[in-house]
Amino acid sequence: MKWLKENLFSSWPSGIATLVIVWLALAYLPPFFEWAFVDAIWRADDPRACRDAQGRGACWAFIGEKHRFILFGTYPFEQHWRPAAASLLLVLLWIISAMKIFWRWWLSLIWIAGLSVIGFLMWGGALGLPYVENERWGGLILTLILATFGCALAFPLAILLALGRRSSLPVVRALCVGCIELIRGVPLISVLFMASVMLPLFLPAGVTVDKLLRAQLALILFIAAYLAETVRGGLQAVPHHQYEAADALGLGYWKRTLFVILPQALRVSIPPLMNTFIALFKDTSLVLIIGLFDLLSTIKVSLQDPAWSGFGVEAYLFASAVYFVFCYAMSAYSQQLERDVASGVPRALRET
Amino acid sequence: MKKSWLAQAGLLAAVGLVLWYFASNTAQNLEARKIASGFAFLAREAGFEIGETSSIAYSAADTYLRALGVGLANTARVALAGILFATFLGTLVGLARLSPNWLLSKLAAGYVETVRNIPLLVQLFFWYTIISESLPGPEDALNPLPGVFLSNRGIFLPLPGDVPVLSGFNFSGGMALTPEFAALLIGLVTYTAGFIAEIVRAGVLSVPRGQVDAAYSMGLERRGALRYIILPQALRLIVPPMTSQYLNLTKNSSLAVAIGYPDLVSVANTTMNQTGQAIEGIAVIMAVYLTISLSISAFMNWYNRRIALRGAAR
Repeated sequence: MKWLKENLFSSWPSGIATLVIVWLALAYLPPFFEWAFVDAIWRADDPRACRDAQGRGACWAFIGEKHRFILFGTYPFEQHWRPAAASLLLVLLWIISAMKIFWRWWLSLIWIAGLSVIGFLMWGGALGLPYVENERWGGLILTLILATFGCALAFPLAILLALGRRSSLPVVRALCVGCIELIRGVPLISVLFMASVMLPLFLPAGVTVDKLLRAQLALILFIAAYLAETVRGGLQAVPHHQYEAADALGLGYWKRTLFVILPQALRVSIPPLMNTFIALFKDTSLVLIIGLFDLLSTIKVSLQDPAWSGFGVEAYLFASAVYFVFCYAMSAYSQQLERDVASGVPRALRET
Repeated sequence: MKKSWLAQAGLLAAVGLVLWYFASNTAQNLEARKIASGFAFLAREAGFEIGETSSIAYSAADTYLRALGVGLANTARVALAGILFATFLGTLVGLARLSPNWLLSKLAAGYVETVRNIPLLVQLFFWYTIISESLPGPEDALNPLPGVFLSNRGIFLPLPGDVPVLSGFNFSGGMALTPEFAALLIGLVTYTAGFIAEIVRAGVLSVPRGQVDAAYSMGLERRGALRYIILPQALRLIVPPMTSQYLNLTKNSSLAVAIGYPDLVSVANTTMNQTGQAIEGIAVIMAVYLTISLSISAFMNWYNRRIALRGAAR
């Protein structure tokens, strides 16, 4: 009772707000609940059952019918276990990388081994697995691959760009500022267009780069520009006396940067870095516009089947749920890290 | 010192060489594919219709330049409206998250978590589907408020002295929002508001507790304290990240191409497909967005200096 009074009816406006929210919930939640669960069609062999219920109940049978295509795209049907295993393995790699006890140098070896296995599973071509060219990759694994390699390769590039932007050499600085600001000033779509239409023109006749790789390159460049600004923020947070101390020890530029400045800078920029990674994960969905079969793309294509058209709301709610699970996990993890970092950072850094 | 200049000259030469290599390849490729280069195509007849021409008169007989102008006007229309509504909604949600009312603050937190963790493109498709598939036709349009009609042909709002009426198969009069525009606007506003809410919350929380206590002890109510003590001080912390949200919203409006709203990117895309002049098309897109980005940052920097200065003068 006391809790109610303090948290819901502490003043007149607060009380009115509570009543309005409760009224809205009573008005809209039961119909939604009925649509999504009670009257929903969960299994159906043909879309007619769904058509009959349309408007009253959701058609989750659509997801059931199309789940193989949504998750694996145009990958050969009888080989679907391969992208499934690869997706699981990739998620597993992410999970163990999030645990502190695995933050050792050999984690990189685990990643190299893991990615080799994933590459082998996806391409095949040996040990009895038929070869599958990457034009046929699609669905969830494509989203995961784009995000993983996007993070992994953009990060070193971003560090170089950030260091370049703070360099004392004017030419290096100008080039880095130019790159970062140019990419940050334009929408991702235009960078993706550039990679998909302009890159082939840049290369000598006869040399082709496959579509997946081009999209990956665009994502890496785009995200590196944003990560670079985050890393620069971290670099600026390192107090000046740390630079002076490193100089006094007689360390050169690279030793000073690698062993003194970067470890401190990256530590304070972990939470914003995680936010940028989440943004990258969401941005992978844009490859749909240049015709790659990522998760969102396979869902959109499933809707074009005339027998099952018209269940867009269900399909996009499903897409939202999948993306939400991944992004929410990452953001919850990043908040946890933020608390750890806040408690682990030396006082001198926290005060600046 | 001398060595570093040498290294820089080397770097510059390497970058120049790579650019020259790309340029010469491009010239060869264009010649082989018989694609013209240069911006002469801008003066030619576009030959395609544009679904929405709100502020600039346009027909298929007009030039590509005019078509791109219409696209730019459409981008500006959705971006300006989006910034306005997203600021309003985001501020409300941000303040709601700080409300002492448990239900309200949890509701706001749930909203923020939901919209921030789902890709904007998914949200746009969702809203577009809701409007174009789930809303009824114009004859049985939903009528939640007098003069406001929601149908699968779009959203119709009343203007002073001009109320939408059903005539034939669609509404006429009032302000008509096409399904594409409405979906894009709703998606951009709800998505960006989630980010703005967090900025507003962080800004308000950054005001020292003592200031709030002082405001209350002077007899100000919560509203007065917010209006006169907290928000003016929070604003200084809010403006820089808010600028980047406005820029993000403007850049995100380019996702219009995915749901068929004829914004600049969408029109430029059609132009590229028709003329084959991809480099020029992308150059136009990039030049326009860079100009917009740089001018919004310049304006917000000016505004930021102004509010910072006023605070310092007191």
